[in-house]
This record gives sequence, C-alpha cells and structure tokens, in this order.
Amino acid sequence: MILFWFLALAVVASAVFVVTAKRPVYSVVGLLANFAALAIMYLTLSAEFLAVIQIIVYSGAILMLFLFVIALLSSGVRPFSVGPDRLPRVLVPLSLFGIVALGGLLFVIALNPSAAGTSNASGAPLGPPGQANVFGSVADFGKVLFTTYLLPFEATAFILMIAVIGVIALAGDVDPIPPKARRRK
Amino acid sequence: MSVALANYIALSAVIFMIGAAGVVLRRNPLVMLMAIELMWNAANLAFVAYARASMNNAGHIFAFLVITVAAAEAAIGLAIVVIVFRRAEFVDVDEVSVLKG
Repeated sequence: MILFWFLALAVVASAVFVVTAKRPVYSVVGLLANFAALAIMYLTLSAEFLAVIQIIVYSGAILMLFLFVIALLSSGVRPFSVGPDRLPRVLVPLSLFGIVALGGLLFVIALNPSAAGTSNASGAPLGPPGQANVFGSVADFGKVLFTTYLLPFEATAFILMIAVIGVIALAGDVDPIPPKARRRK
Repeated sequence: MSVALANYIALSAVIFMIGAAGVVLRRNPLVMLMAIELMWNAANLAFVAYARASMNNAGHIFAFLVITVAAAEAAIGLAIVVIVFRRAEFVDVDEVSVLKG
C-alpha cells in the first residue's frame, strides 16, 4: 500500500515534469523516471513480462529514439527554439475542460461497482513470480499470446512492418521533397 | 495487494489528463510526442490493473499490443519531425501548415 502511493507520487510528479520541462532532454529524463516507476507498478500487479518489456522497449528503444532525434535536431547551427507555449491563450477553457473531464472520469470510477473489489473468478492462481501456471507469468503470457491471440500478434507484426517501410519512405535517403520546391542546397 | 482497483484507474486517469494537457499546451512536437507516450502508458496501466482485478491475461496481451503500436507511432512521428525540420528551420507545430490547402 505504501509502495503504491510512493509509486503513484513518482509517476505523477515525473509526468508533470515531462510536460512542464523547459528543454526536451529534461522531458526525456522525466519520461524515463515515469516508465521505471510504471514498470515497478506493473510488477506489483503481477505483470512480469510487461514490466520487463516496459523497460526494454520504452526506456531502451523509444526513449533512445527521442534522444537521437533531439541530438540530430539541435546539432545544427542553432538550438531550435519554439515560441511561447499556448498556456496564456487557452488557460481558462483548458483548465475548465481538464477539471470537468478528470472529475467525470473519477466520478465514473467511483460509481463503477466492478472497480470496488476484485473477483477471483477465473484464471490461474496467484503465486511467486517466475513460475509457470501462475497468473501473469511469462509462460502463461506466451501461451495465451501464441494461441488465443495469435491473430492480433500477427497484425502487430504487420503494423510494425508498415511503420518501418513508412519511416524509410519518409526519412530515408530518397528526398521526398520535389526538386521544384527544394531550396538552394 | 490491498490496493483497490479504483486507485489504479484513478492514477491512470490523472496520467492521461496530464498527457492530454501536454499535447494541448506545448508547441514543441517532441514534447507533444512524449505527452502522447504518457497517454499510451495511462491506458496501459488501466489495462494491467483490470487484468489483475479480473485475473485475465487478455489485458496483458492488449497492453503488449499497445506498446508495439506506440513504438510504431513514435518512429513515424519522429520521422515526420525530422522531415519538417529538414526542409524548414523551425520546429513549431503551428507553423507547419503546408497541408492546409
């Protein structure tokens, strides 16, 4: 219980830091802390595989991608600077919308009877991590992933292939800008 | 664990709103993409919490698929940011209006 509140505080604080940080590199560091805390939270929810995947894929791959792009963009003649944020213009409607939306979400959560307790109706029992036939274990996850949910898994592979092709087509060696619109080299 | 499911879902909602505020408020496309990652993670936390509450593996599977799609989205979004920066010297989402017609 104490661990949950500690992790929740860390997650919310790092999320606020991500959004409010001055420079994108600081945002990446905040996001790293956020993902680490979320991975620990997944462990407390007995989702071992997702905790490891969270560290490897998010912190290892996606954040490295962000860092590379930041380094690539700001290694030019000047660090890219953007104008002031939109806060002064949209403060009142956004805060109203945010409060209403968050209040609505929390209200629905509080009303939802299924959110009150836990029902241990189906599935494997809880147990020590790292063993098969225990809820959330890697063995169970793999078995379900490759039998019941094989089609979504394959669709995921297709999506990733489309993404790779799209990224190569967008940012590859071939210049996507037509020569007419291209500025002087 | 003695933590009720509602706590996890409320935390997920809070993270989601922080991410949505980041998308709306910031003008730096990199920070906006990171805020979108925050929103993906809020959804993932809700999936995992519900999976734990109902003792069903389907939530884990779906969170896994969400992570994969988030990786694809980050790759393509960052490629678009690189292109925009390559042909113009600014990275401000309000200035990128070529497709407006």
